[in-house]
Amino acid sequence: MSKDREFYWRRLHSLLGIIPVGLFVAQHLVVNHFATRGEDAFNSASHFMESLPFRLMLEIFVIYLPLMFHAFYGIYIAFTAKNNPQRYGTLRNYLFILQRITGIFLVVFIAWHVFETRFQAAIGAKEVNFNMMAEILSNPWMLGFYIVGVISATFHLANGIWSFLVSWGITQSPQSQRIATYVTLVIFLALSVVGVQALLAFV
Amino acid sequence: MVTATETKKVQIEVYRQDTPESTPYWEKFEVNYRPNMNVISALMEIRRNPVNADGKATTPVAWDMSCLEEVCGACSMVINGKPRQSCSALIDQLVQPIKLAPMKTFPVVRDLQVDRTRMFDSLKKVKAWVPIDGSYDLGEGPRMPERKRQWAYELSKCMTCGVCLEACPNVNSGASFMGPAPLSQVRLFNAHPTGSMNKDERLNAIMGDGGLANCGNAQNCVVACPKGIPLTTSIAALNRDTTVQMFKNFFGSDHMVD
Repeated sequence: MSKDREFYWRRLHSLLGIIPVGLFVAQHLVVNHFATRGEDAFNSASHFMESLPFRLMLEIFVIYLPLMFHAFYGIYIAFTAKNNPQRYGTLRNYLFILQRITGIFLVVFIAWHVFETRFQAAIGAKEVNFNMMAEILSNPWMLGFYIVGVISATFHLANGIWSFLVSWGITQSPQSQRIATYVTLVIFLALSVVGVQALLAFV
Repeated sequence: MVTATETKKVQIEVYRQDTPESTPYWEKFEVNYRPNMNVISALMEIRRNPVNADGKATTPVAWDMSCLEEVCGACSMVINGKPRQSCSALIDQLVQPIKLAPMKTFPVVRDLQVDRTRMFDSLKKVKAWVPIDGSYDLGEGPRMPERKRQWAYELSKCMTCGVCLEACPNVNSGASFMGPAPLSQVRLFNAHPTGSMNKDERLNAIMGDGGLANCGNAQNCVVACPKGIPLTTSIAALNRDTTVQMFKNFFGSDHMVD
């Protein structure tokens, strides 16, 4: 990746984090929430998603490619920072660091999650349904891992929306950026509740 | 009553480095207290009598300074963990021992002296000036609204001191980010009525290697800036300008500077 193109790679990274990856995460958590209505509701919702036309194309272009670019370029971004919270203990500096920590954690979590659900299903070892998740989450360690994973994802998305708004020049003034902080905080809390409720429905 | 033998002492620790390549080390000093001392006058005491706290003769501490009134930016150093100007760092307001270290984001020349060349190179790269040279008198430029001038004056207070670069987590030896100061200068010169006639050149410069997009929005710069320059507002405004410029470049717009 040429350094002269860095501006465009960064903007692409910022854009893909919201569209489509962020939208997919929100959709994924909402569909998972069917689990709170019982096993059948979840299975029929998951079956509906599975039987979408052009599913493989949708997965590749809406999920895998954007997500992989966002993840790998994000790892590069995360490791070029030299964090200094002990010098500047401001909210924004902590959120900057947390964005990078959750990003790295999510690479691990999502890699594991994709292996455990999609890959195992692809090779025919398992079937993706309510029971599969109930089995995984019956282990308290895995439940903890998934809860941390979901909350990392909702934080990374909400804080990513905040920095998307700055990076594209939508919020400029300190006041507009402060309002965006509150709005994204609400998004974080709302998505976290949706995601964790769905997880707990499997237990 | 304080007698000569009971003079108050100021404890100072300096992170010293003899040459650009040598290993740095801490050295402790004690200087006699005087009212209204600043870090520079304390360093001058050390220079007058270069003896460390153990009573051993040592070399005088090297540092940069010029205006002594926080407008030139030369005397920046890390004082008790925070980068700032040593001329406006008053001894009475500092916790002792006062720890002085160079701004390690820049190459250290010696002791507290650093080489800020990269900042001046960045200013050249982003064309932080108003080009008016020509072979004949171009006459007066467009008039600038007074309220805009007052606003631009705040941005013009930047003294290239390097504190915002030292504060930024994304400015380090592993990255090419030019840092907030030169970016804010792009906003200043693009806001100038004559300067804006070349605004696309400056925007394209900060869309290159080490430019605007390297900002990670930690927003330490705006907290650290000794002149209170709204650096993060400048960066966000430039983000909008470069978004527009990016589309102009991509689709080949002929609206170069409007």
